[in-house]
Amino acid sequence: MSNIPADLQYTKSHEWVRQVQNGAVEIGITDHAQSALGDLVFVEVPDVGRALHAGEACAVVESVKAASDVYSPLGGKVTSSNGTLASQPELLNQDPYGAGWLFRLQTSTPADSSALLSAAAYASFLADESK
Amino acid sequence: MGLKTPLYDAHVRQGAKIVDFGGWDMPLHYGSQIEEHHAVRRDAGMFDVSHMAIVDLDGGRVREFLRFLLANDVARLKKFGKALYSCMLLPNGGVIDDLIVYYLSESRYRLVVNAATRVKDLRWIQTHAADFAVAVVERQDLAMIAVQGPNARQKTAAVAGTAQQNALLELQAFFGADFGPWFVARTGYTGEDGFEIMLPAAAAVDAWNKLLAQGVKPAGLGARDTLRLEAGMNLYGNDMDEDHHPLASGLAWTVAFEPPAREFIGRSALEGARRSGGPELVGLILEDRGVLRSHQKVMAAGLGSTAAVGEVTSGTFSPTMNRSIALARVPDASVAAVQVEIRGKLHAARVVKPPFVRHGKPLIEIQPQEHSK
Repeated sequence: MSNIPADLQYTKSHEWVRQVQNGAVEIGITDHAQSALGDLVFVEVPDVGRALHAGEACAVVESVKAASDVYSPLGGKVTSSNGTLASQPELLNQDPYGAGWLFRLQTSTPADSSALLSAAAYASFLADESK
Repeated sequence: MGLKTPLYDAHVRQGAKIVDFGGWDMPLHYGSQIEEHHAVRRDAGMFDVSHMAIVDLDGGRVREFLRFLLANDVARLKKFGKALYSCMLLPNGGVIDDLIVYYLSESRYRLVVNAATRVKDLRWIQTHAADFAVAVVERQDLAMIAVQGPNARQKTAAVAGTAQQNALLELQAFFGADFGPWFVARTGYTGEDGFEIMLPAAAAVDAWNKLLAQGVKPAGLGARDTLRLEAGMNLYGNDMDEDHHPLASGLAWTVAFEPPAREFIGRSALEGARRSGGPELVGLILEDRGVLRSHQKVMAAGLGSTAAVGEVTSGTFSPTMNRSIALARVPDASVAAVQVEIRGKLHAARVVKPPFVRHGKPLIEIQPQEHSK
């Protein structure tokens, strides 16, 4: 079964959000997403300084099989992105919630995270989706 | 629910991700398709290819029939067991399917055709076979396992038992022969040495498990696709189809125009195409980061080129070269470079002659890639 850490928030498009502090968040794709995509071979992350609105396509993860857009779960400004993924895209398969993070965002204040799913809600969403 | 091969339960037990392929439930991968790819390049992997159709043709005029049906000439087959790769064409030159034909005896040949085209192939073959009094028998009683890689033959021989071992290892490339209940051919779709084993469906699981015990790694359709593309081999439906003739599909080498007296279906259309020239299939290596995919537009290289001149027919990431590679249909195969549109942006690609990889080694020199943005 796929790993869904309890301390993160999720989207129905399979991104995760980690609240760092004072509206700073870290974003990646879930274990379920990396497993469904298969071996990742190419990752494109957003440029630092780019302003994103919630739901905007801002990164691309590409497996041997297919390319897939990543949508920003929240609005804000990109403060850093994970450059290591350019040479080691497999980190996203191996450690989707850690070394495979995609980018960090300073969210607009106050960040509206009410649309995000809890771990339990994401787990039941996945269960429904696979029915 | 799709059709299932005799090995379906074995795939599920081994953790395969199952996908639909031409109406069949087939393994895409068993965890990591890149690891499966490397296993075939470096050691030995096995594919369930039981979904492909095996068709036996019998009759006193079977050779004459195949010389009419196929674009390649079975008269090139001089020894029993020898295999030949050919296209089967429409009268207008479009490719109905690509196949392998084995010369089993004076009155019997065996064809192996694609799963997705099975129904139309059989209909086409039967229509024409009637004129030559050739019997067409689909061998649904047989399963097929492809064992591929530098250690594939040795590991298969260990499974075949002492009586067959030496004879199996003496089988020449592109030949097939009976070994007890197995028909084994030294052929494949990966660019590596290896065997394709046709065997009774009821014996497939036992053979699969014995190969597994020899350390042969199960590999899915995902790895099969990256391996064949590295090997520069066409996939029916992508790189050739009924709308394109073999000369526009990198398959001129499979069309036997000699002797001129041999009439085969599609001949006059191909002779016209040969005179007038036309698009060709080339290999591409992406210079930038990213992944080439089928149907991406190919532009002439240089500034200000916005009109597409061609199209990627198959593209993927090459695990052996750590770079994206593709086959593409372009109007002029002599150009050295093109640009490919990936998600709205143009990326430089080098034009090369396939294959990209053979026997575990890249055949085309590549510069180490910079990891710029």
